Amino acid sequence: MTVAGAVGRTPVRPGRPKDEDPVTRRLRLTPWLFLAPALIVAVVFHVWPFLNTVVLSFTDARALGGGTFVGGDNYVRLAQDPSFWLATRNTLVYVAVVVPLLVLLPLLLAVLVQPQIRAMGFFRSVYYSPVVASMVVVGLIWTWMLASDGVVNQVLEAMRVIDGPLPFLTDSTLLLVSCMLVTVWKGLGYYMVVYLAALGNVSKEYHEAAQVDGASPARRFWSVTVPGVRATMFLVGLLSAIAAMKVFAEVYVMSYGSAGPGGQARTLVYTIREVGLGLGGEIGYASAMSLALFVLTIGFSAGYLRAQRAEAR
Amino acid sequence: MTTTLVPDRTTRPAPQSLRPDRSKHTRAGLVLRYTLLALMLVLLVGPFLWQLSTSLKGAGESIYSASPVPSQPTLDNYRTVAETIPVFRYVGNSLLVASASAVLNVVLGSMAGYALARLPFRGRAAADLTFLATIVIPFEVIMVSVFLTMRSIGLVDSLAGVVLPAAASGLSIVLMRTAFLGLPRETEEAAKLDGANAWQRYRHIAMPSVKGTLTVVAIFAFVFAWDDFLWPLVILKNPDNYTLTVGIQYLSGTFSANQRVIAAGTMIAVIPLLALFFSLQRWFFRGVGEGGIKG
Repeated sequence: MTVAGAVGRTPVRPGRPKDEDPVTRRLRLTPWLFLAPALIVAVVFHVWPFLNTVVLSFTDARALGGGTFVGGDNYVRLAQDPSFWLATRNTLVYVAVVVPLLVLLPLLLAVLVQPQIRAMGFFRSVYYSPVVASMVVVGLIWTWMLASDGVVNQVLEAMRVIDGPLPFLTDSTLLLVSCMLVTVWKGLGYYMVVYLAALGNVSKEYHEAAQVDGASPARRFWSVTVPGVRATMFLVGLLSAIAAMKVFAEVYVMSYGSAGPGGQARTLVYTIREVGLGLGGEIGYASAMSLALFVLTIGFSAGYLRAQRAEAR
Repeated sequence: MTTTLVPDRTTRPAPQSLRPDRSKHTRAGLVLRYTLLALMLVLLVGPFLWQLSTSLKGAGESIYSASPVPSQPTLDNYRTVAETIPVFRYVGNSLLVASASAVLNVVLGSMAGYALARLPFRGRAAADLTFLATIVIPFEVIMVSVFLTMRSIGLVDSLAGVVLPAAASGLSIVLMRTAFLGLPRETEEAAKLDGANAWQRYRHIAMPSVKGTLTVVAIFAFVFAWDDFLWPLVILKNPDNYTLTVGIQYLSGTFSANQRVIAAGTMIAVIPLLALFFSLQRWFFRGVGEGGIKG
């Protein structure tokens, strides 16, 4: 760098403390001042608790006292805990049912509201309203709709589909099915909007060409629309799967906090909260369970992304 | 277009495709489309209206009657909600939590996003990794541990404890960073030559140019905080401190016999948000577009 005649812009030379003037030092400090508030939040409330969770999972920490190192005891206990396996099974079934529905149904809905005319703006907006509501509100609305004397049972009985009311909320299997229905109901609008953005990029010419060739709407959906939004379908699958792994509010609200008779409809997050929090909270054991959830989520995401990459080739 | 519809317009030659929306739709197709649209309308909005109707039905009226319109509409149930739980206090708590979350995400997210997009510094990988961790680690996984952290800094059972973990979400930072990267560099370079420091460039040049993204970040943080249930349920103990979602759930536990009152409670929780959504919907959709694809 020639000193003479250099115009105002002094390039910052990293990592040379000896020729560092005050201005340069300030330049190096400034970005960290910008980052500091967000970094503090991230470290104190995310990174540190995560590391702490790992450490605690090897201890017998409780809400009050405890905290000695117990090696892998919590994990051994986890492997033998029927409540944990029930929660894991319920959670995985939840993912397996909800994800295909949330990949396909919102796409159909998006195709339905796709035409760029004024009326469709109205439909898009109102279809989105369940997304805006809290899961607590949605859960309570459906609790009322699905009650033994609720409107769903009444309609089904009037249509002679069923003879007596179905125990949507008091049978643990039906409760889980009801919760899945609510998850899908609330998620439709969100993924519909995600798909709408993708549908805008599917070339109109393909549709028109297929139409000229006499392809039926159903045929065009499978042969033109679906391949055109394939990447988005993968994305929706991943997002909805990660969300479903963490299912909690649906089950909690629709069972008044009990997860069904005997807690048979419990999910992983439900169980983590039950075990780890409160005065008798077994924090060490809950931490091990939390890490099981983490491994499940990350493992699934990694496997999923790998499958997507293989598919793309 | 008032001419009679020819059933098979689609076989017409190429020029017709310049007006695809007219040529594509047969009458049967249109009828089918609007039937499905109406059906979905009933399925997705019906439950809200049913709940609204239940909340307005008087004690003398059957809530099982198929009639969706209350014959003697009354606000008594809303009064009962207010007598049973301190619902205005809960509305206030939720407003406070949601507004604080919106402001914090806008300020902290934009500052961090600006540094990541525009300022040269060493240790970028460490910063990226830290923010990535907040996105990749589900909050549910660390919730027990965050509760312990809150206990050790004395924020259990406080609204600050509700707000802080989501005060600078990874999504906010990513959205802001992307918005700043999309701005032309020239104006800021010129300001730099004129002696503007990083803060001035951020505050007076960059920030006014990304108002749209700031709105999206604010709205998403607000709605997320307003709707959140699990974390407030975990950290709030004293019923006076409840946010609306926890309070409404509490109401349903104490009043499980009276559907009218629970319905009124849920309406109080959802109507403000639906009003917000219908007045600012384009920002919501823009947020899903940007956040869903990048987050």
